[in-house]
Amino acid sequence: MAVKKISKMQPEKFEFSKKNKETADSIIKNYPSGKQQSAVMALLYLAQKQNDNWIPLSAMKYIAKYLDMPYIKVYEVATFYSMYNLTPVGKYFFQVCTTTPCMLRGAYNLVDVCKRKISEEENRLSEDGKTSWLEVECLGACVNAPMLQLNEDYYEDLDPTKLEQIIDKISNDEVPQPGSYRGRLSSEPENTRKTLIGNKNA
Amino acid sequence: MLEDKDRIFQNLYNDFGADLTSAKQRGDWQDTKEICGKGREWIINEIKASELRGRGGAGFPTGLKWSFAPKEVGSRPHYLVINADESEPGTCKDRDILRFEPHKLIEGCLIASYAVNAHKCYIYIRGEYFNEGQKLQTAIDEAYKDGLLGKNSAGTDWELDIYIHYGAGAYICGEETALLESIEGKKGQPRLKPPFPALIGLYGCPTIINNVETISVVPTILRRGGKWFSSLGRPKNTGSKIYCISGNVNNPCNVEEEMGIPLKELIEKHAGGVIGGWDNLKAVIPGGSSMPLLPKETCETIKMDFDACVENKTGLGTAGIVVINKDQDIIKCMARIARFYKHESCGQCTPCREGSGWMWRMLERMAKGEATRDEVDMLLDVTKQIEGHTICAFGEGSSWPVQGLIRNFKEEIIERNKFDPIVKKQKDIPYLVDQHLLEKENA
Repeated sequence: MAVKKISKMQPEKFEFSKKNKETADSIIKNYPSGKQQSAVMALLYLAQKQNDNWIPLSAMKYIAKYLDMPYIKVYEVATFYSMYNLTPVGKYFFQVCTTTPCMLRGAYNLVDVCKRKISEEENRLSEDGKTSWLEVECLGACVNAPMLQLNEDYYEDLDPTKLEQIIDKISNDEVPQPGSYRGRLSSEPENTRKTLIGNKNA
Repeated sequence: MLEDKDRIFQNLYNDFGADLTSAKQRGDWQDTKEICGKGREWIINEIKASELRGRGGAGFPTGLKWSFAPKEVGSRPHYLVINADESEPGTCKDRDILRFEPHKLIEGCLIASYAVNAHKCYIYIRGEYFNEGQKLQTAIDEAYKDGLLGKNSAGTDWELDIYIHYGAGAYICGEETALLESIEGKKGQPRLKPPFPALIGLYGCPTIINNVETISVVPTILRRGGKWFSSLGRPKNTGSKIYCISGNVNNPCNVEEEMGIPLKELIEKHAGGVIGGWDNLKAVIPGGSSMPLLPKETCETIKMDFDACVENKTGLGTAGIVVINKDQDIIKCMARIARFYKHESCGQCTPCREGSGWMWRMLERMAKGEATRDEVDMLLDVTKQIEGHTICAFGEGSSWPVQGLIRNFKEEIIERNKFDPIVKKQKDIPYLVDQHLLEKENA
């Protein structure tokens, strides 16, 4: 189980923006009537996006009222799932996958780059306050290892030099192109494709 | 090797694009109305005849699972839930289906929903696959626009609505009952079985849960016939399967191949061979990180299907093949997997919550050579006490890889952890464990 720390700096109030309220209402409609609790995960995610990528306690209380469910149940969900950040993270949040398939292909070299170029410790903001990084478990792109997730996008087939370039771009507020950094379009074998040959130039 | 025309996922490498027009050109949504017109019995029997087994890891026969749903809808509605919470280390097949072949999945959802009497279908996608989920949502919107979903889906007179539910980074939600808890808006902790979800599942209603790949192959099976599908592979292990080959190979890739293809052929032919040559191979994890690893000798001959893997004391699982070569430290690799399980344990059952941490810490020490030689047996004992003593299969999933390591590489671990706390000369008094403290310099 992962240990989750709650931030000591808690804003007093939280409320969905008008647009997010509409989104939230349309999500609640996806579930049968009376089962609005199902929407709690999606609403927490909305709150996180609205509040600079982390969820304050006031947002949990707000969502509990919004969905007519006990606050503790929202708190349980928010602390159980690893994608909810309960402390502030950088505007650019690097999540480096280091589980075995990525580790075999050198994921810890990427971690070293993050330590050097972002911050010494996980989850601590960089000096310019824009970026932070975290070691995470399998992100499900093992064939394109080593890889990392930057906010919502996957950056695949990396190596330390390419990651350094990405971080340099980020510190200039440019968002680099997501996807493979060895020119792959999917998870096809490089150079030696043996299957679906007829499609190749389709 | 499977011929290209027999591959179900023609767009696995996104040569054509994932939109509805090109999906239709590849044959998706063809005759969907006629297929459903043949009735539920026919669909379920055809899937039974194809001997399709679930692609999510457990390999349960799909036709049989569907037949567990109540024949008549009672007071409670039926649900179909698609498990796209792909988080098993080494597996990334569902991701490619979601982003490149979404219409195969959606059509499969329609047919499966019809077969199990469901009007609502939830697709549970792991939260990290945000972009893949967006692509699937685009495809769903296209299907609604084209009349393929909704009140009269694809002219079948069947009403179906598909909703996407995003997870938020919990491996355990890939377990079917934990997934249901998660959709209900609770933390994803597995439920006791029985009652099985086919009778009491989502919101207490009958629910059928299938993996993305299982559902996506259904339309093609019904179009080409269960006989065609069962002609591939061998009995009880039929059809084709997407294999993900990652780790120390020259060209890691996803490839759709016939069931029962030799592991060596997969690695040598499709993945460009092991880095440093075949002789540099150390071990292979054949089915995602939960499955015990195979030593090199077995890799020479093993065929990749459910039963052949079980005969070799492992499992096909999700067919996520992780190749480990001799440049790697095998104990460290397994320690990292143990850390994964320690991180992902939901904390509900004590043996798993505590044991997964014990296994990780012991393996970390063994990797550094700081453990005593007796601890190797102690570690095996710990795995045996987790396995079978938990609500869900996570206990097995976390202890099997460690058991596989000890089974195949025990000598290597002991070689590194020779330290024996009992002083040799007094070993005839075994109950005195702290003998070394009796010696003057240690006292």
